Amino acid sequence: MDKFTTHSGVGVPLRRSNVDTDQIIPAVYLKRVTRTGFEDGLFAAWRNDPTFVLNNEAYAGASVLVAGPDFGTGSSREHAVWALMDYGFRVVISSRFGDIFRGNSGKAGLLAAKVDEKVVQRLWDYLDDNPGAHVTVDLESRTVRAGEGADAIEDSFDIDDYTRWRLLEGLDDIGITLSHDEDIAAYEATRPSFKPVTQHA
Amino acid sequence: MGRTLSEKVWDEHVVRSTAGEPDLLYIDLHLIHEVTSPQAFDGLRLAGRKVRRPDLTIATEDHNVPTVDWDKPIADPVSRTQVETLRKNTEEFGVRLHPLGDAEQGIVHVVGPQLGLTQPGMTIVCGDSHTSTHGAFGAIAFGIGTSEVEHVLATQTLMQDKPKTMAVTVNGTLPEGVSAKDLILTLISKTGTGGGQGYIVEYRGEAIRALSMEARMTICNMSIEWGAKAGMIAPDETTFAYIQDKPEAPKGAEWDQAVAHWKSLVTDEDAVFDKEIVIDADEVTPFVTWGTNPGQGVPLGASVPSPEDFEDPDAKLAAEKALTYMGLEAGTPMREVHIDTVFLGSCTNGRMEDLRTAADIIQGHRVADGTRFLVVPGSAKVRLQAEEEGLHKIFLDAGAEWRGAGCSMCLGMNPDTLAPGERSASTSNRNFEGRQGKGGRTHLVSPEVAAATAVRGTLSSPADLTLANA
Repeated sequence: MDKFTTHSGVGVPLRRSNVDTDQIIPAVYLKRVTRTGFEDGLFAAWRNDPTFVLNNEAYAGASVLVAGPDFGTGSSREHAVWALMDYGFRVVISSRFGDIFRGNSGKAGLLAAKVDEKVVQRLWDYLDDNPGAHVTVDLESRTVRAGEGADAIEDSFDIDDYTRWRLLEGLDDIGITLSHDEDIAAYEATRPSFKPVTQHA
Repeated sequence: MGRTLSEKVWDEHVVRSTAGEPDLLYIDLHLIHEVTSPQAFDGLRLAGRKVRRPDLTIATEDHNVPTVDWDKPIADPVSRTQVETLRKNTEEFGVRLHPLGDAEQGIVHVVGPQLGLTQPGMTIVCGDSHTSTHGAFGAIAFGIGTSEVEHVLATQTLMQDKPKTMAVTVNGTLPEGVSAKDLILTLISKTGTGGGQGYIVEYRGEAIRALSMEARMTICNMSIEWGAKAGMIAPDETTFAYIQDKPEAPKGAEWDQAVAHWKSLVTDEDAVFDKEIVIDADEVTPFVTWGTNPGQGVPLGASVPSPEDFEDPDAKLAAEKALTYMGLEAGTPMREVHIDTVFLGSCTNGRMEDLRTAADIIQGHRVADGTRFLVVPGSAKVRLQAEEEGLHKIFLDAGAEWRGAGCSMCLGMNPDTLAPGERSASTSNRNFEGRQGKGGRTHLVSPEVAAATAVRGTLSSPADLTLANA
């Protein structure tokens, strides 16, 4: 996984709440067995609508998605994170994320930045008024910034310490866990024999 | 201070705990299916890793399989590749697989319990959000993404932050004709889709204790629909009786040891939950959704709400968008909403009791003209059992379709989908836009409402059939 420190890119206002992972990528796109190439499935149903925000040329090359509350609820499909990243997004900003989506983001290297609802509203208004403007997200200092001068937006975002550290270092979770192999083996030695197994000698 | 059920089970599985880091949690059972596993197995291969505990891992084929012609090769080449990839991966890594055509194949969350692999006090994960189903046995069970699937395959553990605890106490008795599905839909409409976020929820109280294991699974299954990390119900005699004769249940002295341990898995009287919700079961009525998330529901006897009924601006906007997508007018009585397709099945309501309940209601009736009724058993075993009881004949005689086992129309991934604009009454768990097929419109309902709706062609409860016959 690449290290993530700070990112600045075109922000897109997605003025919707409860964007579940079925909206992010419908199930019909989940049949692939590869890890890449999911960008065509991103928001597939909405992209048919010419007025959908991602179809607005002004937001071309966007990499920071600013969404309403409860983004990424529903299905556990990590393909939702892959689709966002394959399309070019590095950051999603929302006031509330579905738990599994937030976890998947951290694993795959997409930054899910949780901000106050008012910050989302201000970013939406700013990006509507200034299509193509950049939003900067600094993981080191946990701040999100946009605009300049008196109306500039600068606020903090929430991310748990551990995920932040892993993203900053670009670390592989499995490698970290395997370094605790002795602990795992010691735990296994204490498991009760009545616990079920799927294979019998 | 005492501990809650979830805290006890959590504590028993901590391999390693360090300040500032998530706990490293041991996983007792890892369930696998074809959709969320291929990239995980690829990851193992790339890193030269193996599956640490194939004996705690089991796979089946459910999401992407057809429910007709299931004894023939899968027609869609992309679906076929995915299913064949699972077969290759499970063979290469030594994982037990119940493929299409096998008597134990079915929806992964139906298969685990019916094999007796789902037991109290376990940690159970699967690359599927409805893994919460297994919490009905007093297990901590939750859905994970593909990176975590790979992590569990390689290490049999997961890094997890300890969630907060919540109690949902359901007092009283559910009225006649009102089911676990109505109860959970009512709860989600009160809490919203994010109300459970960050919590492991324990469902408790008189009405929960009175539920069968299958009804408890329906409740826990939909925990994720209000955002909870997991849902749990403390094991009791109902749980033990359900598990006792299952193929993978403990036997002999191990059974006694297991039950003795399981009996300790209850929330201590002096334990404190971070949050508590109380519901009166006597007040629950048949409940249906009108919108595009599971929290957008009303009693069947009510009407389609107006966006003006919502004070919160987000909820108002969401209601407007949902009504447009659903093609519904505010003020229309829910009972007047015409249904094109009724779907009975899924990991929420595709078990024996669901099929028996629906068969009982539809017996002696015909499916309405202009409505189709799809009955899809949750597993091959459920199908075989239902056929032994003659339920398939009741459904077929009424004009319903009797299918093979799988996720079917729950998720719009296999051939069972809605056409654009087509409207369903579905016993599944999600009414998201396009969930059952692009442009499809979903109303979530109980098996009781599904069967009655199939007969009348509009959203109905069994009581409506009795009235019509009187």
